[in-house]
Amino acid sequence: MSEKFRLDKVGYINKNKKISFKFNGKKYFGYKGDTLASALLANGVHLIGRSFKYHRPRGFIGAGVEESNAHVQLYSGAKTEPNAMATTVELVEGLVAKSQNCFPSVSFDLGAINNFLSKFFPAGFYYKTFMWPKSFWYKIYEPVIRKAAGLGVAPLKPDPERYEHKYEYCDILIAGSGPSGLASALAAAKNGARVILAEDKPRFGGSLLTDEVTIGNKKGKDWADETIEQLKSMPNVIVKNRSQVFGYYDHNMTVMLERTKDHIENPSEYTPRQRLWYIRAKEVIISTGSIERPLVFGNNDRPGIMLASAAKEYMKVYGVLVGKKPIIFTNNDSGYDTAIDFKKNGVDPLVLDIRSNSEGSVVKEAKNLNIDIKFSYGVVNAIGYRKVNSALIGKLNDKKSGYESLESINCDCICVSGNWTPTVHLSSQSGNKLKFDEKINAFIPNQPRQNESTIGSANGLFTLKSTLEEGFKKGYDLSKKITDKDLKIPVPMSNERSYGKQDKFWCMPLPKNKQYKRCVDFQNDVYVSDIELAVREGFRSIEHVKRYTTLGMATDQGRTSNLNGLQLVSNIEKKIVPEVGHTTFRPPYTPVTIGAIVGREVGKYYRPTRKSPMHNWHENNNAVFVDAGLWLRPRYYKQDNETLAEAAKREATNVRNNVGICDVTSLGKIDIKGPDSAEFLNRIYTNAWKKLPIGKARYGVMLREDGIVFDDGTTTRISENHYHMTTTTAQAVNVLSHLEYYLQVVWPELNVNVLSITEQWAGVAVAGPNSRNLLKKLFPDTDVSKEGIPFMGFKEADLFGVPARIFRISFSGELAYELNVESGYGIFMWEKIMELGKEMNIEPYGTEALSTLRIEMGHVAGSEIDGRVIASDLSLDGMLSKKKDFIGKRSLKRKAFLNPEREKIVGVVPLDKKTMIPEGSHLVSDNNAKLPNPKLGHISASCWSVEYNNPFSLAILKDGKKKIGEKLFALAPLKNQSIPVKIVSSHYVDPKGERVRS
Amino acid sequence: MLEIKCPYCGKRSQNEFSYGGDATVKRPDLEKEVSDKEWDDFLYYRKNPRGEHSELWHHVAGCRQWFKVLRSTITHEIFKTVKMNEEL
Ligand SMILES: [Zn+2]
Repeated sequence: MSEKFRLDKVGYINKNKKISFKFNGKKYFGYKGDTLASALLANGVHLIGRSFKYHRPRGFIGAGVEESNAHVQLYSGAKTEPNAMATTVELVEGLVAKSQNCFPSVSFDLGAINNFLSKFFPAGFYYKTFMWPKSFWYKIYEPVIRKAAGLGVAPLKPDPERYEHKYEYCDILIAGSGPSGLASALAAAKNGARVILAEDKPRFGGSLLTDEVTIGNKKGKDWADETIEQLKSMPNVIVKNRSQVFGYYDHNMTVMLERTKDHIENPSEYTPRQRLWYIRAKEVIISTGSIERPLVFGNNDRPGIMLASAAKEYMKVYGVLVGKKPIIFTNNDSGYDTAIDFKKNGVDPLVLDIRSNSEGSVVKEAKNLNIDIKFSYGVVNAIGYRKVNSALIGKLNDKKSGYESLESINCDCICVSGNWTPTVHLSSQSGNKLKFDEKINAFIPNQPRQNESTIGSANGLFTLKSTLEEGFKKGYDLSKKITDKDLKIPVPMSNERSYGKQDKFWCMPLPKNKQYKRCVDFQNDVYVSDIELAVREGFRSIEHVKRYTTLGMATDQGRTSNLNGLQLVSNIEKKIVPEVGHTTFRPPYTPVTIGAIVGREVGKYYRPTRKSPMHNWHENNNAVFVDAGLWLRPRYYKQDNETLAEAAKREATNVRNNVGICDVTSLGKIDIKGPDSAEFLNRIYTNAWKKLPIGKARYGVMLREDGIVFDDGTTTRISENHYHMTTTTAQAVNVLSHLEYYLQVVWPELNVNVLSITEQWAGVAVAGPNSRNLLKKLFPDTDVSKEGIPFMGFKEADLFGVPARIFRISFSGELAYELNVESGYGIFMWEKIMELGKEMNIEPYGTEALSTLRIEMGHVAGSEIDGRVIASDLSLDGMLSKKKDFIGKRSLKRKAFLNPEREKIVGVVPLDKKTMIPEGSHLVSDNNAKLPNPKLGHISASCWSVEYNNPFSLAILKDGKKKIGEKLFALAPLKNQSIPVKIVSSHYVDPKGERVRS
Repeated sequence: MLEIKCPYCGKRSQNEFSYGGDATVKRPDLEKEVSDKEWDDFLYYRKNPRGEHSELWHHVAGCRQWFKVLRSTITHEIFKTVKMNEEL
């Protein structure tokens, strides 16, 4: 297909590089430098999508991020991207795009029936209609609404692309490279400031790309290009195009999205698709320009109706005519720029100007070019369903309340200019309360709350001269404050057209007996009648009107609709706009892909993985790993076709009968030093610590200040003022913060230092009746006899030249030792133990066997210490000192904690001695009771007892100690199980603790 | 994201710190009788001022020191940060 609407020798695209792409299955051609929008328009394609609610045909309204209609779905499969703005998608070879929100096709859309039913779909329709019956919501209403009012389709496969994050600091961040942004960047950079200049579009220059101006006797665009080159050559400046500063957060933190890949023809495998920049700037200059507002009239959302500034940009940047018989409909002088450009490119426009006259030089220029101008005229209604083909135009009466005459005129596009809205989003995000500027009839920034200044047309300045002056001054002033340098560069001379006064009139009245739909918010399909209805129904606050009608709530953040909506409410309410107020802008300014926000933290990089120094050995010996917080721990060492249960049974049995070895490196280890260490431990733990001898360990329980059990573990006195604390794997990080809090904040008088040494020491547990014999071989020169290292004893010893620490502590309930060596020797220690233990049939055991061993011993762990229990619930009353204060002690006097019927730890055995009780099952007295069946307790941990060869569980049971011997039921409704059980003591094996002391 | 000046390390981004609540809370002296109400106030009840708030922060991904911050709960402006043994 040929490009019927492409101009020769106009625009900044590369005509030597032809590009093919597909839209809705059809092949088209464009050029390097096109956007999807400009290439489609060059091919005469205006119909691009369907509106959100009523499925009305829609075309392009803008040429950049202001676009509210042209959202398309790109590509397919994992790479597919919904809701891409066709006006910002750069054309690359092989681009595939299709329309969204239409079925079966964009030109014949069944959903358009909504348009004919639209009187049944007014504002607030969803709220009013779908309230009841409640059960209809999930099954009927929601799926139907979702299907009818969807945007694009989210990809179902993981995103194959790579996204990166970058942190940057600078003196001045400048968002927007129009004349004011360039001026301030140049002034600041020359004065020594570290500057980042960010431009959203691929091309720098902003309005200089399209305006007929000169700066320093050069064409505006040439000056922009030269300035950019100059800035790029300076070491203190970062210049970025395709980079949108979309969020302004606290303490001058801004976030910028850089598009790094999609526009490249043959990107390397390692090119990230997008890069998210977190930029902390001392000062932020917002030079984001302004966006033209549409004028509102009947069927003003038909394809072929767009902003006059967009039509101008398509002509001047892309060499594309958006039509060959254009109507320019304006209430101000800037529409004439577009009219003149049409004329110069050989197309005769008709200008309809709401005003009765204008004094601007641009109007005189148009008149001199013999452009047809009708003053006091406007478009009343656009005609043409899939593309505008004619317009009903009217001469307004003096009050602009109706028409003196109406006539029909052929046209193929209508370019509207309803004045300019400064892009104040970033300023508003930063906390700036905006103020209304009567002169330009729009909001501009007021008092900054952070180090932020808005300049140029974003600040309501619309002449090039004032914009440049402000830009150079701001760049100089701010940089001087930061760098203390004083190099000022002169403001270059500039030439521009002069512009007359605007008319505030923007919404064409309906002719008698006509009910044309007049669109205010294109993306969310909100019409004049919806807003009128909302006000009629009593919604007064603009925030309420917004939510009731969804005005300005689409992804375009109301860029083209906010002010028109406000003006409409103010007209109806007979208030001035500032009295109506405005809604708050929130980040992101433009939609951001989730991938960019997540960055590299996906898959295995989602969080760090911690591995013990013996990890490779486990891997090489068929370990099946389990996540324990960030740690990977062997769950079991699989032999042949063993199941998890079989392996755990084998490994645990070997510990009970023989000797086993378990990697316990992940247990938290904290080194405690200082003369007040004993006093400190005495306050942190519930039991007494002052009399612990050197070379002995003690079990300790820590509470939170509210009395709940926090963690448990052993602490060993290594020397006079040196202790070694262990914590559970799960709480290691929190315990350290807890200790630091009390030392630094609550008891600064205590002279104690704490330091995490978890990763400095590799740890293993050697457990089982044979463990002492094994130790004798490991430490032939050390007395490891019962007397040499008694229960809870500690010794430093030599492991074949490696300094080792021996702790006689046991989690398994067997005679057991924990050995620590410096991490680097971890694998040496492990292999030495395996080697010397071979003749005793040593076997490694994982966390599953470890659980089995501790459960049948009745030792509590994380599944019991679940943040809801106090010490007495766990039968740890004996650990609570009566003589001293400790953290959490005072809370134990609270009423709920003194209740004798609190849930207590017990053991549970199934009556059939066969059925494993699922963890989480509820204990009840009557398994047939009416629901909800009163819960007496729950199963916290289950295992297959290797000692008794039947299932055994721990449970937390109401008034549990008194229920020992009773029969209850364990209900697991998710597994449809009801298991008769008997309550027993939680100390199922060796209740007197003889083995650990043997 | 806030930028917080650790009194030991200097300015760092908020993601290096964790928040520790009201800095003015004092643990009651348990040598004396502490009423239920006094203890509950200490444990659970906090002021929620609109404006200046003195609070604790912990430089967890840094020097691991706790310190005091005077911050506006309205604007998030940080007026001052000091070591634990200094006055805000
Ligand atoms: Zn620090």
